Amino acid sequence: MSAATLSGSLLAACGPGHCGIATYLAEHSTWSGPDSLPHRLVQHVELSGEALLVAIALALPVSVALGHLGKGGVLAVNISNVGRAVPSLAVLVIGARIYGLGTLPAFLALVVLAIPPIVTNGYTAMRHVDADVRDAAAGQGLSGVQVLRRIELPLALPLLMAGVRTAGVQVVATATLAAYVGSGGLGATVLSGLVNNEVGPEVVGGLTVVGLAALTELGLAGLQRALTPDGLRRRPGRQPMLADAIAPDLG
Amino acid sequence: MQGYHPTLTSPGMLGLLALGGPWHWFVRNFVHTDQHSWVWWQFVRRNLSRGREFSIPDRVLEHLRLTLLAVGIGLLVSVPVAVAVRRWRWLEQPVLWVTGAIFTIPSLALFAILVPITGLSTTTAEIGLVGYTLLILVRNTLAGLDGVPEDVLEAADAMGLSRGRRLLRVELPLALPAIIAGLRIATVTTIGLVTVTLFVGQGGLGQLIDDGFHRQFPTQVTVGTVGCVVLAVVADVTLLGAERLFTPWSRARSAR
Repeated sequence: MSAATLSGSLLAACGPGHCGIATYLAEHSTWSGPDSLPHRLVQHVELSGEALLVAIALALPVSVALGHLGKGGVLAVNISNVGRAVPSLAVLVIGARIYGLGTLPAFLALVVLAIPPIVTNGYTAMRHVDADVRDAAAGQGLSGVQVLRRIELPLALPLLMAGVRTAGVQVVATATLAAYVGSGGLGATVLSGLVNNEVGPEVVGGLTVVGLAALTELGLAGLQRALTPDGLRRRPGRQPMLADAIAPDLG
Repeated sequence: MQGYHPTLTSPGMLGLLALGGPWHWFVRNFVHTDQHSWVWWQFVRRNLSRGREFSIPDRVLEHLRLTLLAVGIGLLVSVPVAVAVRRWRWLEQPVLWVTGAIFTIPSLALFAILVPITGLSTTTAEIGLVGYTLLILVRNTLAGLDGVPEDVLEAADAMGLSRGRRLLRVELPLALPAIIAGLRIATVTTIGLVTVTLFVGQGGLGQLIDDGFHRQFPTQVTVGTVGCVVLAVVADVTLLGAERLFTPWSRARSAR
């Protein structure tokens, strides 16, 4: 498409089959009402936030316990590979078939999809704690719980948070897809644009989702940095970044 | 009469009753099936040939084509980029930053933004799919190339190999296990992502899921989902086999 036709269609007036960005932004319904951008944004943040918090509450204790005991490693490591192979769309549709359309199947699907990266990263993080350090702590007379609380958790925290970060970005992305089963959110704006062939909601909705995902990534990265103990931060040499090792599941 | 007289509340009977529910569910959905079951075998059998309206193999082939194209183009882009990063090290941070940024873009949003430019087309789908493979492939290729021991490189130089020959005959073969490890993750990820391209008129097995969702016909949803998982497992095992085939030296080492 040439630049002229492109800018033409991007700015075109709202009508059947066409709705340019400028017109979409100028419309009243873009800024107030149930289909408005702010309302969709709030829905999106609420759904993603709740799903992420529940997934953390379920997965983090389990992965920390498994890592501390050194048990269930095969399951903990492979669960995210299995999660990667199952399409998010399928999880959403199966959820909708069982629980009906709406936010409930979307919420459950998001929780299910957010658990694998947290478990895998959490387990690996706990296992990455230097065995010598753990032995030294035990040798100084610390109990198992004390070793966990005072040695392992602080040292594992950066990588634990890497898993939460991966899951967070993934939840925001999948929450967009969840509009397909009627959960609302910014995905509803994007999908209505795609279905009605309207450039405005497509591009504006899409860019808002991209912005939200970027904010999530940066915010959780900041949290990860803030929670990293000083001793770990100053250690020279390359830190093993687990976000590098375990890629999120996009599909 | 001596012996065990089960009543409705005795433990054995309670166990049977508890099993009865799941058993009934299983039979209804996977043995004596109809259009409301999770799998209606008759529908599956009828659509195992190509060219039908709800053909399963047609969708599988489309899924495979979209995946192979994405991973193939991704590899063709990533290997030269990784080689360039080896040569000009200052490129590393910007390259990883850009590919990482692409990776965090939600797929549906990316497709929606591309549609006004490239339309509902394979191009739109492939731009997105290729983009998501880049981070994984570049990082793994780079790790593989960086892992080639320094003395091996010196030996290659001493034998008079040019830079290009050293790259093709020494560095890339030694980096192959890392590259294939990246290919495996990229392929499995892409197979899942292809379903989302249904929103730009592609989708492969995603079209089956979509169709089943709109017609409230669960068989297509099940076939689409199981198809994706099976494709992912087959692709993963095939690539693992390819790695063993193309790196006989590592096999010999592990056999010893």
